[in-house]
Amino acid sequence: MSREMKQKLAFALLTAAAVVVVVPVLLVAGYIIWRGAGAISLEFLLSAPRHGLREGGIFPAAIGTVILTLGTAIVALPLGVGAAIYLSEYARDDLLTRLIRMAIINLAGIPSVVYGLFGLGLFVLFLRCGTSILAGSLTLGLLTLPVVISTAEEAIRAVPQSFRVVSVSLGGTKWQTIRHLVLPNALPGIITGVILGLERAAGETAPILFTVAAVYLPRLPRSIFDQTMALPYHLFVISTQVPGMPMTLQFGTALVLLAFVLSLNAAATIIRSHFRRRRSW
Amino acid sequence: MAIEQQAATQAVPVARRRRLRGETAAEALVRLSGISVIIFVVLVFVFLAREGIPAFFEVEAGNLLGTRWYPTVGRYGLLPLITGSLLVTAGAVLISVPLGLAAAIYMHELAPAWLREILKPLIEILAGIPSVVLGFLGMIAVAPLLREHLNMPTGLSAFAGSVMLAYMALPTIISVSDDAIDAVPRSYRDASLALGANHWQTVCHAVVPAARSGIMVAVMLGIGRAIGETMAVLMVTGNAARMPDGLSALFQPVRTMTATIAAEMGEVANGSVHYHVLFAIGIVLFLITFLVNLLASVLMLRRGTRRDQLLE
Amino acid sequence: MVTGAMPPTSAQPPSEGTCDAMTTTAVPSKIRVEKVSFAYSNAEALRAVSLDVYPHEVTVLFGPARSGKTTLLRLLNRLTDLLEGTRRSGHIYLDGQDIFAPDVDVAELRRRVGMVFAMPIPLPMSIRANLTYGLQLKGIRDRALLEARVESALRAAALWDEVKDRLEDPASSLSGGQQQRLCLARILALEPEVILLDNPTSGLDPISTSKVEASLHELRQRYTIIAVPHSVQQAARIADRAAFMLGGEIIEVGTAREIFTRPRDPRTRDYVEGRFG
Repeated sequence: MSREMKQKLAFALLTAAAVVVVVPVLLVAGYIIWRGAGAISLEFLLSAPRHGLREGGIFPAAIGTVILTLGTAIVALPLGVGAAIYLSEYARDDLLTRLIRMAIINLAGIPSVVYGLFGLGLFVLFLRCGTSILAGSLTLGLLTLPVVISTAEEAIRAVPQSFRVVSVSLGGTKWQTIRHLVLPNALPGIITGVILGLERAAGETAPILFTVAAVYLPRLPRSIFDQTMALPYHLFVISTQVPGMPMTLQFGTALVLLAFVLSLNAAATIIRSHFRRRRSW
Repeated sequence: MAIEQQAATQAVPVARRRRLRGETAAEALVRLSGISVIIFVVLVFVFLAREGIPAFFEVEAGNLLGTRWYPTVGRYGLLPLITGSLLVTAGAVLISVPLGLAAAIYMHELAPAWLREILKPLIEILAGIPSVVLGFLGMIAVAPLLREHLNMPTGLSAFAGSVMLAYMALPTIISVSDDAIDAVPRSYRDASLALGANHWQTVCHAVVPAARSGIMVAVMLGIGRAIGETMAVLMVTGNAARMPDGLSALFQPVRTMTATIAAEMGEVANGSVHYHVLFAIGIVLFLITFLVNLLASVLMLRRGTRRDQLLE
Repeated sequence: MVTGAMPPTSAQPPSEGTCDAMTTTAVPSKIRVEKVSFAYSNAEALRAVSLDVYPHEVTVLFGPARSGKTTLLRLLNRLTDLLEGTRRSGHIYLDGQDIFAPDVDVAELRRRVGMVFAMPIPLPMSIRANLTYGLQLKGIRDRALLEARVESALRAAALWDEVKDRLEDPASSLSGGQQQRLCLARILALEPEVILLDNPTSGLDPISTSKVEASLHELRQRYTIIAVPHSVQQAARIADRAAFMLGGEIIEVGTAREIFTRPRDPRTRDYVEGRFG
């Protein structure tokens, strides 16, 4: 075979690989929309499941997922941004910093189901939060922390050093400079990072299995010590645990979950590109 | 020095003292946030150990290292679960690494800019699809396909799990490989072309070898991602805790460590032997992913890849 | 070479007889630099530098690249604190007070001794916010006072007429010359006593340059100015007093007339006449 033939063959294979990677993504999205769109109605979105989950809607699960996502943000945002500020503005190149960086990498690698075990052991049992929104949010918050820290740190580092020098030369203290100059300018990047972290948290099932998720709880939670339904777990339950489950409800649930997660992704992308275009440095 | 400073603060005006205190408090607070990350990792380990270590006293080693996982009759052999995880992961890596690498090369070398702008978001979407959604589709679409075309009894098998995991690992592998290829100095490429090599020969003999260590990182991260995945695996692998027997095991039902924890933790009594053993499996998972990520980060630091890729 | 100065024993440092080569001044020095040596983590930058800076004069530090001018400038308001691994010895007195003493409020020092950098660096906010930024950090909330400072600072920097109708526009929308005058105005809004200018016209066209130079002549009546100029020519145009620096040392210091017409040190003469650097 001539080398030109070889090149042609190789390039054809590479193209095929790209197709094999990308086409299923389109198929997955298309298939879920196609099969799920029929289930979507106000009633589906706004009513609770009935008759052993085989009828009715997903309202409590959808609200539960929104609540857990907010809870995750409340846990991960201050801790993540605080750690990012420390790493980018204060940390020296010392043992502590190296340990923190190793810990972040380690935290990012822990399997989600192990987070679930940890949440069960620490929050649910040891700290006696019980199976609750509090325990679930804390667990998901920790899971999200590495993404939030790394994106926030990147956003903070992207603020030009010269701004900091100017601020200090105008009589600003280090913290004033961070508070009034660095953080406002890093904010779009930080928000993007947090949303990307939440995107992951919102779709997770394993960490909430033992910490918060309820199979069937038709009312909305009353406090952070309540259990709640959640979309990912609901989809798991109705697709594996309920015999004779109507497919449209399964697809409808999958569609709503996918739409929620991907709209978070889209929001992050839009914020990022919007501020990239607008910023003057 | 400290004493000097203290003496100095006595003489300064109140407003400035308050500001200094604010500065110190702010720094202490962000430092604490940083340190908290270390504390969390320690806590994760401590609480896994607290709940999992008792298993090693309650169940004798021969039982734990056995090949039968029947918790209802007190058989806690972890081997079928560990081999199940390894089998599914190996299958996922065999599929996703060549595929991901090829796709990365395609995007980097062949795709026109406009196409890249379409492909990148699609891969980002793939990364964003929740594992439970992929598992659901695997159950109702992929498994039946496998059943019909590969003549399998149910289609729910290690292979189905590997396919799911492969797609979940692809975004990481593609992104890290893409960066590794990107980092290959232009001069390598130019030298190869100048020697008369064509584009493919250059990619094959100059670019990919130079990006080898980066590609290794991609493989490690892919393994880390795959071995810890839970929901999709739980839903498509058929969940039969049996020892794999040869290559055909890939096409039979299997059960992973992660799926076992997810499926059984809800049904055990807190503090029971079974409960402790499930935490012990958590320890094994924690240690495996810790080692894999450590290896990846060592490789990565050696070549100075961006840190955040570990976190995607 | 400046002769070593005696350490000041009171708030008013002795000013006469310390620099016998200079025209004797009855005024006490505003800033006294005393045997200051400074090194970055990887290189020595200043060696036993001494200098007196007098109020209401433009003092110019000039010399070839890497002679220590910018380092000396940055030491005067302790911007060098931002770097790690530096070593310093010697003293700097502002109105007789050691600026490195432990009880010095560095933020206050930097408000008294303002710095304009080589490149105009407008902060990413409106023109008005750039001017009020430092004041607000100081804790000034009074709107009327802020407004008054904005206007007077812009007028003093000869920028008021150009921007008075667009104070809410982003500062980055200004031209390079306007941006540099904005940076000057930003310092003036803090009502400093000393203004440090580090090559403030480096990126500017000749017209903007002459505007900045012209404003220096005005400003000198109210402030003490220390500038690192763009060139020997600029140094000669703006200086009342000049110090020639070379290799981290001050070779010669004197009135502008002495330094630029009859320098005593041959190295100064060579540099002024353009033989090197």
